[in-house]
Parts: sequence; C-alpha cells; structure tokens
Amino acid sequence: MSTLQVAPVETRSNDPERQVINDFSIQIATVNGSGSQTANMVLMRSIFQMGIPVSGKNMFPSNIAGLPTWFTIRASEQGFIGRKKEIDFLVAMNPETAREDVLKLDSGAAVVYDEPLKLNALRSDLHFYPVPFDKLVGPVCPEAKLRKLVRNMIYDGILANLLSIDLEEMRKAVFKQFGKRKAKAAELNMGALTAGFDYAAQNLTKTDPFRVEKMNATDGKIIIEGNAAAALGSMFAGVTVVTWYPITPSSSLVETLIGYLKRFRIDKESGKSTYAVVQAEDELASIGMALGAGWAGARSMTSTAGPGVSLMSEFVGLGYYAEIPTVIFDVQRVGPSTGLPTRTAQGDLLSTALLSHGDTKHPMYFPSSCEESFSMAIDAFELAERFQTPVFVMLDLDLGMNNWMSDPFPYPTAPINRGKVLSAADLERLGGFARYKDIDGDGVGYRTLPGTAHPNAAYFTRGSGHNESAGYTEREDDYINNVDRLNRKYESIRKAITPPVVDYNQRASIGFVAAGTSHYAVDESRHQLKKEYNVETSYLRLRAYPFNQDLIDFIRRHDRVYVVDQNRDAQLLAMMRLDFDPADIARLRSVRYYGGLPLDARTVTDDIVRQEGI
Amino acid sequence: MSTTVVPPAAPPPKKINRIGLEVLSYKGGKTTLCAGCGHNSISERIVECFYELGVEPWKVAKFSGIGCSSKSPAYFLGMSHGFNSVHGRMPSVATGALLANRHIIGLGVTGDGDTASIGLGQFMHLLRRNLPLIYIIENNGVYGLTKGQFSATADLGSKLKTGVLNDLPPFDCCSLGLSWGATYVARSFSGDKKQLQAVLKTAIAHNGLSVIDVISPCTTFNDHEGSTKSYSYMKDHEEAINEVDFVPFYEDISVEIPEGGVQDVKMHDGSTLRIRKLGRDYDPTNKMHALAALSEAEQKGEVLTGVLYLDTSKPNFVDMLNMADEPLATMPVSRTRPPKEALDQIMEELR
Repeated sequence: MSTLQVAPVETRSNDPERQVINDFSIQIATVNGSGSQTANMVLMRSIFQMGIPVSGKNMFPSNIAGLPTWFTIRASEQGFIGRKKEIDFLVAMNPETAREDVLKLDSGAAVVYDEPLKLNALRSDLHFYPVPFDKLVGPVCPEAKLRKLVRNMIYDGILANLLSIDLEEMRKAVFKQFGKRKAKAAELNMGALTAGFDYAAQNLTKTDPFRVEKMNATDGKIIIEGNAAAALGSMFAGVTVVTWYPITPSSSLVETLIGYLKRFRIDKESGKSTYAVVQAEDELASIGMALGAGWAGARSMTSTAGPGVSLMSEFVGLGYYAEIPTVIFDVQRVGPSTGLPTRTAQGDLLSTALLSHGDTKHPMYFPSSCEESFSMAIDAFELAERFQTPVFVMLDLDLGMNNWMSDPFPYPTAPINRGKVLSAADLERLGGFARYKDIDGDGVGYRTLPGTAHPNAAYFTRGSGHNESAGYTEREDDYINNVDRLNRKYESIRKAITPPVVDYNQRASIGFVAAGTSHYAVDESRHQLKKEYNVETSYLRLRAYPFNQDLIDFIRRHDRVYVVDQNRDAQLLAMMRLDFDPADIARLRSVRYYGGLPLDARTVTDDIVRQEGI
Repeated sequence: MSTTVVPPAAPPPKKINRIGLEVLSYKGGKTTLCAGCGHNSISERIVECFYELGVEPWKVAKFSGIGCSSKSPAYFLGMSHGFNSVHGRMPSVATGALLANRHIIGLGVTGDGDTASIGLGQFMHLLRRNLPLIYIIENNGVYGLTKGQFSATADLGSKLKTGVLNDLPPFDCCSLGLSWGATYVARSFSGDKKQLQAVLKTAIAHNGLSVIDVISPCTTFNDHEGSTKSYSYMKDHEEAINEVDFVPFYEDISVEIPEGGVQDVKMHDGSTLRIRKLGRDYDPTNKMHALAALSEAEQKGEVLTGVLYLDTSKPNFVDMLNMADEPLATMPVSRTRPPKEALDQIMEELR
C-alpha cells in the first residue's frame, strides 16, 4: 500500500448547481474543406479577448477536402495550454464521425449537434443541444453556394450563448479574422453567428456546467503560429537567401516569411529586395542552394520536415565537413517514410543529430514556444555563422501549425555577429590565411568570401580530404588533425549554445527532462502529480543540443529522471546515452508518446504513476 | 685600361594582360588527371581565355560536382574561390552562391556522369532558370574515377575496352540545353584549341546560362576503337557547323572583316561573336533549326561542333529576382534587419 496521500481524481457529476468556469475543452468535429477554420479561430480569439488563457489545436487530415477534421480549444484559468485528453464540449458537425465522437466522451460532457443526426439517442449521460443548422442558415445567407461556409458561424453563436462568451468580443474577433477589406463577408458571418446566438437563447435550456468568465490573463499577448514566429525570427535575424521546397507541416513557415519580406525588406527608394527567395525543385536543391549561399556569405536558410531532412542528408554532411553556415528548420511530423504528414511528433531528433555518413554531428535548437521559435531562429543564424556549420531548429507540427497565445517578441538588441570572415584589408595586413587552421583554439578557422578582391583571398572548398590550407590530402595525420579540430569546434558549440531551463525542487527525488512542445504536458503533469498524488518533481527543459553539464548535474541530483519523448524509440534518451557515463544513464527512465496528437499531461502522469508504482 | 662590362641580358619583359596580370595568375594546382586527358586541355583553354580577356580572377567562383571533370577546377584559376560539391548537384550550389553575390562570375565544370545521371534533375532546372553560369560538360561517355563504366551520354552501340556494348541511347546534353532554356549552347572538342577558345570566351561574355558540351576523350578507359568519344572517332566524325571568332569589347571590331556568310552577334558586355557559316545553311539564333541539325547529325553518326544557339535577349534568373545591386552577402545589418517599428507593427496586428 502506498503511503502517499492520494487525493481523489476529480469526477464529473451532473449536479445542476455545479459550475466549471474557464477550465474546459471544446472539440469541433467537421469535414476538411468546409471552411470551419474561420469559425474556430473566432471562437478561440473571443475567449482570448476575454482574458482567459486559451489554446487551439487543429487535427486535420492529409487531404484537401472531404475527410474528418477536429479542432480543439482549451480554456484554462491556470494557464495550462497543452492538449487536454478529455473533451468537455463537443460540436458534432461531421455525420461521418459524430457517432464515434459522442461515444468517446466522458460522462457529463456537452454536445451541440446537427439536429437530423439524432445523436441524443446514443447516450443518456450527456448534455445534448440539437440545432437545425440548415434551417437557420437559409435566411441569413441568401447565396446558396456560401451556405456551407457560413453555416459554421452558427455554432459560434450557439456556443457564445451556452458558454456566456461576450457577443461583442465575438464581433471583434470576426472582424479581426476577416480584416478590414472583407467587411461584407464579416457582416454576413456575423449575421449567421447572431442567428445561432438567438436560436440558443430562445430554444435551448442550458444544463451543462461549463462557462467562461472574464479574466485579465492575456493582456498584451498575441496569437501566432510557431511557423510564423520562426519566420519573423528569420527576418529579424537578417536572412538574405531563403531556398525551400513545400512540405507539410513546414510550408507556412516560408510562405509567411515571404509575406513579411515583401512588406519589410524592399528598399523604399529603389524598389529592390534585400533578399532572394527560391522555391527549389526539391530538398536536394534547396539545401544545395542554402549551402551555396552560406558559402558565399549570405545568411541562408531552408525549411522542411522529416522526409526533406532525409533527402538533405548528404549535403548536410558536406556542410559539416566543409564548414558552411546555414540554418535548417525541421518542422517535425510523424514518420517513418511518409508517415502521418499532418500529425505531430519529435521523431527526427536522433537522425538529425548525426545526419549524414561518416562522423558528423550537428547543433539543434528545441523551441517550445512561439517566443522561442522567434528568438532561437535568430540564435541559430548567429551560431551558424559563428561556428561555420549547418544548424537545425527543430519545431514540430503542434508548435509550427497551431495557434498559440504568446508574449509579444522583443526586438533583438544584440549586434549581429557574422563570424570569422576576412576582408581584403585583413588579407593585405596578414599576407594570407589558412582556411582550416585553428588560430584561436576554439576549433573555428577563418574564411573568406568569393568575390573578395585580393589575390590571396581564394581557397578551395571540398567534401574530400583537406588539410589546414584547404588543399587536397589523403594523409592520415592531416585527416585526423582536421576531424579532431572539428570535434574541438563541437565542444565550443556545446559551451556556446543555449543552456537548459532548470527547475530544481529540493523535495523531489525524481525529475523530468523534456524538450520542445513536450513542455506543456510536463508542466501540467507536475501539477497533477503534486495535486493528485503529492509527488514532488524537478524539471529540466532542454533548449538545444549538444547537451551540457547542467543536464549531467541534474541527472546526478535525482534518483530517477524521466526523459519525455514524442517518438517510439526514446530518441532524446538515446542521445544522452551517446554522450554520458553509464552510471548517469542508469538513472534515466523513458516516458514516450507517439500517437500523432499533441502530448497531453494525463498520458505523462499515468505513465509516471505506473513506473513509480504509486 | 678599359674593361668592357657586359651587362647581364635584360630579362624579357613579362607578358601581362590588360589588367596587368601574368598568365601565372590564372593557373591552378598541378593536375592529377591522366596524361593526355581531354580535361587537361580544357583547363588550359580556361586559363588562356580568362587571362586573355583580362578577367579579375577573384571575381570568378568555380563550381563542380563529383568525378574526374569535377576535380579539374583545382587545376586552373588558383586565385578564384572553388567549390567541389556533391555528385550532380553543383547547379544548386552555384545558384545559391550567385544569389548571395550577384557580381560573381560563375564557372561550373561537370562531366557526363555528373550531369546526365544523378544531376539530370538539377541540370534541367538550371536550364529552366537560365542562371548566369558557364556550365562546361567535359564529356567522355565514361566513368573514369570508378574505372570505366558507361555513362548516360555513351552512344548506342559504342564499346567499352572490356568489349561491353552500350545498348541504351545517349542523352544529348546540347539537345537538352536547347529544349529547356539555355540561352547559349555550343559543342566543342577538347582537341580543337581555336574553336574551344572562341566558344569559351563567348560564354564569359554571355549574360545567361551557357551550356558547353566538350567532347573530351578519356585516354585510359574510352579512347579505343569502338568508342565514339575517342580522339580518332572525333577526328573522323567531327563536323564544325560554323567557324567562330570572339572579339572582346576592348578590341576594334572593324579589323579583319571576313568575307561572305558572316554573322555578328553583339554580346551583353559589348563583345562580338563572329560566326562564319560553313557548308550548311545554319542559323544559330533559331532553336528549331539547331535541334533539327543535331538530330540529323545523330542519324549520320556525325558530331556537330560550334555555336549551336545563342539568345542574348532573355532575362537571366538573378535579374528576374529584382534584388538590390549590392551583394546580399555583404549587405549591412541596417538594410537586412527591419527597424523596431516594423516588429511593433507586426505585434500589434497579432493582438
């Protein structure tokens, strides 16, 4: 028997007096291509505008139109914005999945549904709200072909009424969503929304306990996707050459970037751009172009997902060995192979850390928020040029493609560091240089850019064996000397790269290690473990690879450390195994989830409880 | 008593080009290719052309893929940056570099193995983009570094030293170039010094993609009877469609006006390509004509050389991007990082 004080897990009740305020999840089940995204964003934004911490997650199919899609919105007074496993409020708009969606709900949940589906016959322990969507949409949308799209706004109105969302906030959100130029469309949609609100007011009796109340926890915050944040980071890092190939879930990163570059990076006087963007023929070419540009001195980048990273493998090895800066964003999705292109995972970590043949290893950033997607994009460009090597920024679909509330991004104040580049004047002073000589003891040589007007500027870049002067060599000592220097450089990167965030809990004997979007589930799981099981935990959030001493210290200070992975093979843990002593590794345990949905706290908590034998 | 002091013989004045550099400034490292390799002759022509035209070598960047041909950029223009990249994907590297610095003169050297197999995709897209790049294909129909396998440009029915017959048709890189967008297409032979020089000089002056297919026999693996890429086959089957002269912009064009059948094409930099028609009625500004001539020659087992096609009007890829004139690579932060007001404005829009 456990000696731990166990608090009862909250159970739902159908007590009519019970109220659940600002702490529930809404799931909207629709068909892909029905235009529900606008209605969902209006709903999320309205709750956000009312000052309540909120998150939105789109679970969509790899398809253009016709397959089921779910959008979940979570309101959390306490600010937990990870996915919540349990659905409290279902909007069942998709006849194909409605039955299964309803059967999966926990007792006490509420269901808004299209009346003809007769879902109320399925269960008696839920709160059902039938709505005749087709009847309502006709009068507010005379144009028949628009009805499919406008119909979705009706459920916003219904929910506004049932959940006490301020109609004025809804109106603001509708106009924000459509923008000033589409005022007519906004009015049309607002009409449908109001019709839904009125219908609910006149015909539905509220029996569920869920509602919102104004807070002020979102003041000054923005709503943005991780991909857009990374795009902004890239622009403010001063990116000049962007080469890419479309792939889910990374396409919107470059597409958003293109939009911003067109607005903010065209010379007002000349009308000329201070950047180049090329949609390449494939990822083999996009990475080749990025490396060519980085070699010639541009701040270059590409953006892709797992299949693209696999294709880039050979070139990245060249980038490592020939020492060429570039930044590669990997917005991870579920693999292997094509996998689940529209589902999230962190399954590229291990293969990317060691990408390409021979002895190769690459620095990676692990942003867990939009703030970090922005700041780490900037850091990655700095690191790449400072250490003359390809640098990866590992987002995932959950971070990249979902909308997150975020603090506004601070303007970067640190001066841009372009790394060790010799100018013609430097060469005149020095008389010459050896490209791969470790002058400063940090493993980083000096480079010159093509086009530097000096007879001694040139050197020969190659993926074959080279000596300190960049000359061809097959000599044993030259080879070892060079790869050992590359290792020294890697150790310099270890010292320079962003350290983890550590939360030591003096009373904890166990700790969590996680990276990226796993943070939200871990953060909430720690709360659950404390509240429900009185288990104290420490937490180290990794922000980059290679790992540093902080992680080793953290492992040593705990009896057991749970490494959270969003992949089957415990890749983060495997990377530690490459670096650390067996005695330290022996303390590590693994918590894994790899079903393609954003990781939720309950999954983590349940696994810890099981492994700890609580 | 007077003694006659014989002054030491004055050293002959060093020969320099119009920007004051000796030919030595255009040379590279010692070649490691086989003696008699056609590629070495091409390297020599490159040295001569850049020297004679007085191009500043540090303005040139050399690009290559993998193979014997791709090793050769280490053997010429030692004062130019060089990038020996991965197999068949040099076009992407060159594209990136030329975007980063649009003032670089890009010189790509590749082979038939590099371009016509793994590199076919990037070659096609390079053509489509009309990147301002000199793209020299050192074509010997064979894989040298891996000791003599057929490449995809080997002629149908040609024979390896081991007696193996090639039973698949070749890619004709000039036909591909013509079909998919190169604005200058020429074929030459590594043994034809004069023609190759004129062809290369024209490429240096051209403001677009130059595809130059140079038949360059492999003395070790593919220079025997039965090979269609051998010195002896070329001697018997080469047919020059035109005689070409290149007149640089700094020379007077009016000198030595040849008689009859002469066509002058004005290049972007003010130079002139002077084409004298030979035998057949051939118009190098007509793409369909060029394709037909290549196809006809193929039927007859001839190898057409000379300038096949030239279009000086089509915009190149770099110009199409509407970039600022200053190289992106060295643009100051003040131009590449938008001001704080821009970020404030964006944040406001996202609230």
